Amino acid sequence: MVEHIDGNALAGPLSDLFTFDPTTASARCAGCGDVAVLARAMVYGEPDTFVVRCANCDDVLMTIVQAPDRFCIELRGMTWLKIPR
Amino acid sequence: MTGTSEARDGRIGNWKVGVVTSIRRESASGRSITIDVPGWGGNIAGQHTDVRLTAQNGYTAVRSYSVASAGVGDRIELAVDRLPTGEVSPYLVDTLREGDELELRGPLGGWFVWTPQQAESVQLIGGGSGIVPLMAMIRSHEASGSATPFRLLYSVRTPLDAFFRAELESPSANLEVTWIFTRRAPSGCSRPAGRITAADLEAHGFPAALSPTVFVCGPTGFVETVATALVALGHEPNRVKTERFGGA
Ligand SMILES: Cc1cc2nc3c(=O)[nH]c(=O)nc-3n(C[C@H](O)[C@H](O)[C@H](O)COP(=O)(O)OP(=O)(O)OC[C@H]3O[C@@H](n4cnc5c(N)ncnc54)[C@H](O)[C@@H]3O)c2cc1C
Ligand SMILES: [Zn+2]
Repeated sequence: MVEHIDGNALAGPLSDLFTFDPTTASARCAGCGDVAVLARAMVYGEPDTFVVRCANCDDVLMTIVQAPDRFCIELRGMTWLKIPR
Repeated sequence: MTGTSEARDGRIGNWKVGVVTSIRRESASGRSITIDVPGWGGNIAGQHTDVRLTAQNGYTAVRSYSVASAGVGDRIELAVDRLPTGEVSPYLVDTLREGDELELRGPLGGWFVWTPQQAESVQLIGGGSGIVPLMAMIRSHEASGSATPFRLLYSVRTPLDAFFRAELESPSANLEVTWIFTRRAPSGCSRPAGRITAADLEAHGFPAALSPTVFVCGPTGFVETVATALVALGHEPNRVKTERFGGA
């Protein structure tokens, strides 16, 4: 089994970028249409790169690359992100 | 500090400097660590923190640790299990001393949490150090005087591997604790040592018909076994919340 954790763990890395808690935001998977909070997604490949996969179909929702001088976020796998306020 | 990070002062994600106030032995490989973190500002039960270690050459390592304490204030408790080949946990368990400084950010995560406003029954299922966020929920439950029934299934290798053992051996009236020993059970324990099974969940957990909220936490393999078994037992997948700590 490839090691992975839950989207819960994205709370810290993404707190650098967002003022809201990203783990309670829901995303719609562009692959299968499943809607789930990011906390429920599967996260692979800590610590500098996070590949976030849909817990339902395993498609990539989002990729985050942390470099010393920048963040790179690729969001092609989600149709939207709904943020509670 | 750069201009950008100064502009972000006040964000949850800012690194704060904590000071270790005490360290307690929980098991041969586990320590609970109490830290004063000015600016922490309290946390909800189940939240975690990121700990950052910086080597002399500037290399940094960041790992997440659940907070075992809950409530207001700047003093928090973590509990860490040493993974022999690990980068960060051996330092926290073997090297860290009272008075040492530690960089942390948080409180983090608003999903794997329990608040005293929740009235439904709560089933906690922890494996190894996965007890840590569940302990915060147990403490918050007790401190708030909540009458909501709580049940804990705690899986550990042997009785000596348990974290927070004394506290869990005399639970409050609204908490029922069931121990699962995977390698060696104490004499007098009717269940032979072995990994947690659907039968354990069925025998000691709240039934699905009661619609409890279930929190499952521990090594990734443990969490997946338990979550799959819970759904097979009829638990609504949306009522089963998981926190995978990593590992196979
Ligand atoms: C949200 C969250 C909360 C966490 N809370 C806690 C906590 O309260 N207490 C705690 O002790 N840990 C906790 N962890 C795990 C912690 O973040 C680290 O992964 C752990 O301490 C190992 O870090 P390391 O640097 O020592 O090992 P690494 O150098 O990262 O890894 C060493 C080796 O151990 C393996 N490994 C990694 N994690 C595990 C595991 N859990 N079980 C078995 N093998 C593993 C890896 O595959 C690797 O081969 C939490 C993780 C997450 C995501
Ligand atoms: Zn999907």
